[in-house]
Amino acid sequence: MPSHDPASGRLIKAPENFISPDGVRQVFREGKAGRRDFVRGAFAAAVASAAAPAVLAQANPVPAEGGDANILQLPAHSTGLGQAVATDGYGKPSKYEANVQRRPSPGLTQTTQASVSFAPLQSLFGIVTPSGLHFERHHQGWWDIDPSKHRLMVNGSDDKMLARPMVFTVDEIMRLPSVSRFHFIECGANTGMEWGNVAVPTCQYTHGMISCSEFTGVPLKILLDMAGVDYKRGRYVLAEGADGSSMTRTVPMELIESGEVFVAYGQNGEMLRPEQGYPLRLVVPGVQGVSWVKYLRRIEVGDKPYGTKDEAIHYIDLMPGGLHRQYTSTQECKSVITTPSGGQVLLDKGYYQISGLAWSGRGKVKRVDVSVDGGRNWKTARLQDPVMSKCLTRFSLDWAWDGKPTIVQSRAMDETGHVQPQYSQVRAVRGTRSIYHNNAIQSWLVQESGEVKNVQLS
Amino acid sequence: MSSCHNTALRMLLGLSLVAAAAGALAQTAYPGVGRPATPKEVQAWDIDVRPDFKGLPKGAGSVAKGMDVWEGKCASCHGIFGESNEVFSPLVGGTTKDDVKTGRVARLNDTGFPGRTTLMKVSSVSTLWDYINRAMPWTSPKSLSTEEVYAVTAYLLNMGGIVPDDFVLSDATIGQAQNLLPNRNGKTLDHGMWPGKGMGNGGKPDVKPVACMANCAAEPKVASFLPDFARNNHGNLAEQQRPVGPQRGADTTQPAAANAAAVAVAAATAAPKAAAGGAGAAALALAQKSSCTACHGVDSKIVGPGFREIAAKYAARADAEAYLTGKIKSGGQGVWGQIPMPPQTISDNDAKLLAQWLATGAKK
Repeated sequence: MPSHDPASGRLIKAPENFISPDGVRQVFREGKAGRRDFVRGAFAAAVASAAAPAVLAQANPVPAEGGDANILQLPAHSTGLGQAVATDGYGKPSKYEANVQRRPSPGLTQTTQASVSFAPLQSLFGIVTPSGLHFERHHQGWWDIDPSKHRLMVNGSDDKMLARPMVFTVDEIMRLPSVSRFHFIECGANTGMEWGNVAVPTCQYTHGMISCSEFTGVPLKILLDMAGVDYKRGRYVLAEGADGSSMTRTVPMELIESGEVFVAYGQNGEMLRPEQGYPLRLVVPGVQGVSWVKYLRRIEVGDKPYGTKDEAIHYIDLMPGGLHRQYTSTQECKSVITTPSGGQVLLDKGYYQISGLAWSGRGKVKRVDVSVDGGRNWKTARLQDPVMSKCLTRFSLDWAWDGKPTIVQSRAMDETGHVQPQYSQVRAVRGTRSIYHNNAIQSWLVQESGEVKNVQLS
Repeated sequence: MSSCHNTALRMLLGLSLVAAAAGALAQTAYPGVGRPATPKEVQAWDIDVRPDFKGLPKGAGSVAKGMDVWEGKCASCHGIFGESNEVFSPLVGGTTKDDVKTGRVARLNDTGFPGRTTLMKVSSVSTLWDYINRAMPWTSPKSLSTEEVYAVTAYLLNMGGIVPDDFVLSDATIGQAQNLLPNRNGKTLDHGMWPGKGMGNGGKPDVKPVACMANCAAEPKVASFLPDFARNNHGNLAEQQRPVGPQRGADTTQPAAANAAAVAVAAATAAPKAAAGGAGAAALALAQKSSCTACHGVDSKIVGPGFREIAAKYAARADAEAYLTGKIKSGGQGVWGQIPMPPQTISDNDAKLLAQWLATGAKK
């Protein structure tokens, strides 16, 4: 490692967090209005705005006294007695991890019950999202429902759609043959704030409406078979929640017949978290989160789609020409680099492992390419095992940063051969006002100072 | 792991085959699990209404009745004319008489038009009826009678200039309303994002990039980035990054240029703050439970004033507690703006507790 003046590594205390509500409103107003007068054209211009002399934090100096005090003077934890077993019946993260939190984006919503919190992707390893950091999307607030009183009903849109409408208790659902599978869940509006221009600073806010868990539950096909469904007529399923919003979405019967869709009660080895739909939620792999109905109370089998609010008024994609795409469901091939990513400061030049997440709602991730020169040249990244269908895949690439400004990007390809598009490519087809299903390549500008900035390229 | 997965899948397929092979056997494949739903139970929960109006209960409601319902139960969030964006996106606006004729909302092509209202987007009146019936009003969903749902849907359409003042929406007239919906022809299913055969183009993507590996693009040009004034708009990013690892969070309370040397760690490593306790927390929990927080923030206005703003305004008033108890119980309009606060169904005791808390400064 290169050596630097240890004094330059001095770290200072940050002031208390403060957000000016007026400032927040202003930037969102301007973001929504598509104001671009702050947008400058050239790469050089963006770099110049932060071209202060880089003073880098020292990684690991040898102090003048010939050894590190952390080594030479034994700490209390090496010389004392630690804490007892079961001090905490449900263990919590280290107190030093307090920064790793899911967070709302200021100004995005005007209520806290019809809102979103974003998962801190910048701080996560591997592919599993800790259940307490799973992103949240509630439409009418969340509940902690007594599982002994929760029921799941299966019925038909008419008397002949199935042989017998049925009712199941949670006890009964948990008696049936189960599957446990790893899948990502992504909100259809993930990265939606960035359709027109850069609006948010970090990958928590650009991509944090995605999480990945091992879910456990009963394939919906089993329940439909028990009810004696007429699969010839019943080509659509309506899933409905028990909460105030009683969220509904139409799901195609093909996904249920394939065995993929299941009624989940488990998440990462324990029961679902209340914020994720305790005690039952539908898992619809590859499909946007709004279809994974929480607090699932009813499944109706029908011969036509249902035109629900969240497939016919919201979660619809405005196309150039003024038509709205309805029933858009599949989350297409997408990826994001989480290290280094927006809002971070690299501590020094030298070796870094570029690392990120890739996924596709159409199957497995086949390949991820990474560019460290703004998209001119690409190298194929390593994929970390296991690579599973409709699941997050972790990728990485070795990188030695020379201290010069550069732009890093990742581009995923799935097993169908579909390649993640650049912004210019996706906008050429879908314009900039869709809100939903933005799967464009994310660009992070690593500045000379080491600070990483969210940028979009022309 | 993948072998586990495969075994589970094979098991599942095996079971499904058994079940599919004999429908009558399906029920007995898992004896003792599940029971038939009674007609009464199905009726209680089967509330969905499809675009072909399957599921729509018989009934009727007039525009005039809808106006009463609206002002009592809807205007506090959506505005007197459905135009408010204080709490939710506006419902009404942006549609014209011409759109009613064509079934396409012309303003959806106007990039200068600020937003998209519900009436600009909705293509099936069943969607409005179904959603109002299942989820409105926001703080007491499923409380409207069938007549009220018809009436308030009629009033919403009337505010959009879609049906006349004397219109009565019913199971018999809803087809007429459908044929006047401004964006009834504004939807498309021509896309590859429906993972089934019944709709869409069979899953073919619309954007088809090629994975170029070398000498792909010219010099990259940055077209968009966050302006400096927005640097701290998501809070101090130094406190949103782990304080150990290959990087730190940028101290966004400082200008970008000054930041490199000032990698904030000390504050970032601080132990989590102790949870707030005491009477303030209890009052705030009560406010939350009573859905007050849907419209009132602690410090600042959402649709109604923030709790502390209320506290500050009435700090000097001797009868503040009694006055605020009355306001909570009976609602009001005009003190803080034109959007009315509806009377709250809350016990006298709870109203008094909240008023007491407000009158003494709304402390946490």
